[in-house]
Amino acid sequence: MLTYILRRVGAGVLLLAIVTLVTFTIFYVVPRLAGQTTEQLATMYVGKAPTPEAIEATIDRLGLDQPITVQFWEFLRGIFVGAEYQFGRDTVQCAAPCFGYSFQNYQEVFPEIIKRLPVTFSLAIGAGVIWLVGGVAVGVISAIKKGSVFDRVAMGIALAGVSLPIFFTGLLCLAFLVHATGLFPSPSYTPFTDNPVAWATGLILPWVTLAFLHAAQYARQTRAGMLETMGEDYIRTARAKGLAERKVVLKHGLRPTLTPIVTIFGLDLGLVLGGAVLTETVFSLNGIGRYAVTAIVQSDLPVILGVTLFGAFFIVVCNLIVDLLYAWVDPRVRVTA
Amino acid sequence: MTKRTLGFVALGAAAAMLLSACGGGATDGNGGEAAFNQGETQVVNPSDATGGTLRYAISADFDSPDPGNMYYAFAWNFSRYYARTLLTYTGEPGTEGTELQPDLAESMPEASDDGKSYTVKLKEGLKYEDGSEIVAEDVKYAIARSNFGEQALPNGPKYFKQLLDKSDDYEGPYADGDDPLKGFDGIETPDDHTLVFHLKKPFAEFDYILLQPQTAPVPAEADKGEQYQTRVLSSGPYKYDGDYRSGESLHLERNDQWDPESDPIREALPDRVEVEIGVEQNEIDQRLVNGDLDVDLAAASVGPAMKGTLLSDESKKVNVDNPETNTLRYVNVNTVVEPLDDLACRQAIMFAADHDALQRAWGGAAGGEIPTQIMPKELDGSDQSIDLYPSEDRKGDLDKAREKLEECGEPDGFSTNIGARSDRPADVATAEALQSSLKRVGIDAQIKQYPSDTYTNTQAGSPDFVHENELGLTVYGWAPDWATGYGFMSKIVDGRSIQKAGNSNISELDDPEINKLFDEVVDEQDPDVRAQKYAEIDRLVMENAAILPAVFEKTVYYRPDNLTNVYYHVGYAGYDFMALGTTRE
Repeated sequence: MLTYILRRVGAGVLLLAIVTLVTFTIFYVVPRLAGQTTEQLATMYVGKAPTPEAIEATIDRLGLDQPITVQFWEFLRGIFVGAEYQFGRDTVQCAAPCFGYSFQNYQEVFPEIIKRLPVTFSLAIGAGVIWLVGGVAVGVISAIKKGSVFDRVAMGIALAGVSLPIFFTGLLCLAFLVHATGLFPSPSYTPFTDNPVAWATGLILPWVTLAFLHAAQYARQTRAGMLETMGEDYIRTARAKGLAERKVVLKHGLRPTLTPIVTIFGLDLGLVLGGAVLTETVFSLNGIGRYAVTAIVQSDLPVILGVTLFGAFFIVVCNLIVDLLYAWVDPRVRVTA
Repeated sequence: MTKRTLGFVALGAAAAMLLSACGGGATDGNGGEAAFNQGETQVVNPSDATGGTLRYAISADFDSPDPGNMYYAFAWNFSRYYARTLLTYTGEPGTEGTELQPDLAESMPEASDDGKSYTVKLKEGLKYEDGSEIVAEDVKYAIARSNFGEQALPNGPKYFKQLLDKSDDYEGPYADGDDPLKGFDGIETPDDHTLVFHLKKPFAEFDYILLQPQTAPVPAEADKGEQYQTRVLSSGPYKYDGDYRSGESLHLERNDQWDPESDPIREALPDRVEVEIGVEQNEIDQRLVNGDLDVDLAAASVGPAMKGTLLSDESKKVNVDNPETNTLRYVNVNTVVEPLDDLACRQAIMFAADHDALQRAWGGAAGGEIPTQIMPKELDGSDQSIDLYPSEDRKGDLDKAREKLEECGEPDGFSTNIGARSDRPADVATAEALQSSLKRVGIDAQIKQYPSDTYTNTQAGSPDFVHENELGLTVYGWAPDWATGYGFMSKIVDGRSIQKAGNSNISELDDPEINKLFDEVVDEQDPDVRAQKYAEIDRLVMENAAILPAVFEKTVYYRPDNLTNVYYHVGYAGYDFMALGTTRE
């Protein structure tokens, strides 16, 4: 088992290295290949009254005239051993892992990501629980009561959930549930440790909206899986042995159905942790997703790079956890070194 | 649970939601006395009651909350909460708001006879939030860090660098570790309360330069370059409560070291000021109307969705202001790109433009007024009688346009490109309106869109790019750096202001007569004569057909009932933040 974990961790690290290289190439090398000069790159970061000297200084400050390999090396070195930056007469230590500092607002990227992590984490966890529990429960009931009113309504709603984008459902929720009726407070983030109730009430709408999108997929997939499993011979055997229906459904029916569910849950959660871009934007939550959007709009390269790597990190980690969970969920999967 | 029970539960839940929805209806405001657009000319809801928390929100962010590193008008306006400058605008509605008065200074600056040096005396006994005294050298240092040296703060204007004498070799405050101001001789500080500014040549409007936030004092030891924004040392009535969190928040609390007696312009009514950063625009509009928010920090119009609602709902319209903002929305007609390098071809564009359609692109009458010249009417010297390209119903004079096309040797029209900012719907609509106007006389214009973040520096603002991509026409907007003809026009029509990047004279107009008038105006002490010269420049620009004015922009603001002392300040192109108070705890 340990060898297996080590092997998977190694593969994850290698994958992250590749993601780093590819992202760096996309943002630093491609613009040059497209014919952008260092001056043109620098004018994006030089404020509203750029003088030729200011552009020169910016090129120098951001190291834009250095060979790409040197820039990449500096970037990598920052991640592992940190870096030093000069602000005014102040020398600022950027501790490892240092993703540099924003070209636009001069804040260090990594602490900024960490600062926003609780928002995104709260959003992901809350929504994840709702969509996993809700989606699977609805899927199971739908499968058992196939063809009933519940099944039809639930699957209708699930279809809507899969098809409606969050900037539609989110805005609809805000317009009706917050502004028109006042049923919910304006979504906002309060740290859990400050006030758990405010934390939950402030996030409930984003949770539900984000969960709605994902739950639908889980309900449909669970229903399909359950229908398939419940037709298997061993279910008939279990029933013939006189097992209680609840046990047949939950232990023998649901368990194998969960294998693909765990897979997609891991990936979905990883994606949301990497930044639920639309949800955070629609509900004005300052998480990693919104940070990424702002950075992209402002061509803020170090931030884009930092957020991409951070997102990739979560997806790799969640994948790893999924692989390990397989063995527990589905007895047919055995981990061997 | 049986199917039936489930159904009842669902029905019950739905009914409960519906009922509570009815109960949670909007509360009735008490805006009975207010009237539509009252805030443009008078103070609405006057009050001197202190206390409460004033809540701002903004969808984007500050360019920087550091007074030495900001250019947006709203940032200049807001920075006064925690940064006092040498001079400031008077706090009055209407054109009176463009006049100056001392802030840190004891009295207005005294100019020398040759107009090349200005002496400013500081008030005595002024303190920072930590209780230390504000001295002249701190003002000098603040100007040095924002204007000079390799690491000069990038966002703000650089007028001091252009104007100050004896400072050309100064490499900025970070070059010499021991003496940050060594070699910076453009400003003398003979004692702790006196500043003498030496100029390269006379500049009649130098007083206006002294109102820039760059003159807010910064002690050398507090400076952290670009990161000083995280916690600015306050000289005003409020100080940072915690750090500025970029993209998230900025909170201010009272500064007990501020002396209200020394301060003529700041009411400092609220106990706290909170800014929520990164709130989606529709959400901001909605919260303003619901009373969950007091001011949109960006001082930009409410979004299109809310604009329609506010202007059509009479009960809400009384809380709406629709002031003209001194901002000209226009199209640059490039004087270098062929065939527009020919005056007659440019004039053909002026005649062909359908101004009615251009105004509709800006949301009709509430979006702006149709101009026939370029200087906004609040500025001295604005001459509304200049109308060189008249037409019936402002829909364009196509016969004249065709005549002009003949004259420039393109009788069948020509093709060119219109540049516009893709993420600004009104800019794109302007380009489209112009495109169809021009089509009527055979001018074929292709619209090319660019992101607004890079537009002003890299695309429209780069003459090389403009030439390479044949951007004969570019949609743009301009507001004055300070409220005079020079503050408005020098960057966009003076031939000497053309630069390789971040160029604002995008039409590349380089007319010797205009340039000469700018030279004369800086040496002219009489404001009336200056105003005449500004009108003359305005007429010459129109004769040159280098700028096609679209609208004098009007914005739509919503002022919640609980906001007190509200009025539109011409100098800051937004509500006067320093006057505002709130009745909410």
